[in-house]
Amino acid sequence: MTETFQDWGMTYEWAWGLATLAGVLLIALPLMLAVAMIIYMDRKVWAAIALRRGPNVVGPFGLAQSFADGLKVFLQETIIPSAANKGLFLLAPILTFTVALAAWAVIPFNSGAVLADINVGLLYIFAISSLGVYGVVISGWASNSKYPFFSAMRAAAQMISYEVSIGFVIICVVLYAGTFNMNGIIVGQIGHGLGVFNGYAFNLLLFPMWVVFLISSLAETARAPFDLTEAESELVAGYQTEYSSMSFALFWLGEYANVLLMCALNAILFFGGWLPPINWEPLYAVPGFIWLFAKIFLFFFIFSWIKATVPRFRYDQLMRLGWKVFLPMSLLFVVLISGWLMLTRYDCGDAGRVYVSTVPVTEAGVLYRDGQSAANLWDGRCVDDLPAVEREFVS
Amino acid sequence: MVDLSQYLPILIFLGIALALSCLFVFLPMGVSRLTGSHNPTAEKLSEYECGFPAFEDPRSQFDVNFYLIAILFIIFDLEAAFLFPWAVSLDLTGWPGWITMMIFLFELIVGFAYAWKKGALEWE
Repeated sequence: MTETFQDWGMTYEWAWGLATLAGVLLIALPLMLAVAMIIYMDRKVWAAIALRRGPNVVGPFGLAQSFADGLKVFLQETIIPSAANKGLFLLAPILTFTVALAAWAVIPFNSGAVLADINVGLLYIFAISSLGVYGVVISGWASNSKYPFFSAMRAAAQMISYEVSIGFVIICVVLYAGTFNMNGIIVGQIGHGLGVFNGYAFNLLLFPMWVVFLISSLAETARAPFDLTEAESELVAGYQTEYSSMSFALFWLGEYANVLLMCALNAILFFGGWLPPINWEPLYAVPGFIWLFAKIFLFFFIFSWIKATVPRFRYDQLMRLGWKVFLPMSLLFVVLISGWLMLTRYDCGDAGRVYVSTVPVTEAGVLYRDGQSAANLWDGRCVDDLPAVEREFVS
Repeated sequence: MVDLSQYLPILIFLGIALALSCLFVFLPMGVSRLTGSHNPTAEKLSEYECGFPAFEDPRSQFDVNFYLIAILFIIFDLEAAFLFPWAVSLDLTGWPGWITMMIFLFELIVGFAYAWKKGALEWE
């Protein structure tokens, strides 16, 4: 985009600044719109499963329902309880919403279409999504009320428990991709499943990790069946009990933005992100962001399907699943996957330091798929097998 | 060498996101004063307790298990922090790196088994 602005006669600095600003707004504003629309979609899916109609009054098919709700909360009074810590009380929704938006800075929407193509993109997402716990804990503490406090304790313990297994799942993916760069991870998935399917989920070693990741992302975002933080019969409305007006809505928006982020991560880490699902030339003609959005919507549908059908877990069951099932399992798979890669990809007998990546994974984010071979881009080769030119690259 | 200018867009994004959320929190507070919906009363501002006056200070005791979980989380998150650089440099470290990490993981698993046996992961 920078080049376009430069063509209009701007200096490089101005063009870059303007392009970045446009990029930020192009992500943040459609994201908020998307959140409004998926809340509507969520309610429609639950309604359909429960044989109801769902929102159908405001606008055609009730499409404007979320916007009407937004306007309503916008005009409401912001109640700050007299016992609350005022500063922290207002800081919590701001923090929640800010980190929920900021995680989207490194999500690639197409090859090259990413705001910040940093080499530790996945690590950045992991870091920033763990900051979400602060918003929850601060809101529960600052409310100075019993139910929000209990709910915040529960939510914090739940989120950090599942973050551990998410961390190990991420390590499994990174082991295969060999990079933290989001585009690199996506490009590494070309033809990964038997040379036909694009995605790590079609790998026998990584498929169980995808299941762990899907369930952990439900727990991490406190979606049903793990929505113990807002178990109405026990905790009123959870840590948001004392909130009203837009401060309440920001928690709501942040929560859904996080759910969307988790859907996007499922799509990017295990189902090839902006790649078509099948490695077949004509499918690449469809723009990448359409594939990505289709996958995100598919995962979101699965999320609301689960919410509509699965009963809520008990808290001790939730903790047992996280610590006694997922954690040992994902640890085991870190060992298995790294061992498997050492044996198959990095081991070359006596050839010395062995492995070299033959292709720079993303060259400025350009989709690299020369030859369309079944072996993906990270087909490790021993130094001796490499042509002379590439051997220079090693030393 | 890391090119820090890559991170500038993220900083700008953070700034804009922060500005947006501040706007969302503080603008309705102003608007409600203008529209007249801002009308605090002592009852309205008291904390929610299902209609009762609050019995006790909410910031009292809570289950020690939450504390244990937090400590365990720190250990395992640190472990993950050690695994991240190892995961992207398997090609450089080779078998010695892999074996070293397996020994490290084994030690952690021993600690985890101890916590499990001691009942730190039990609830109720």
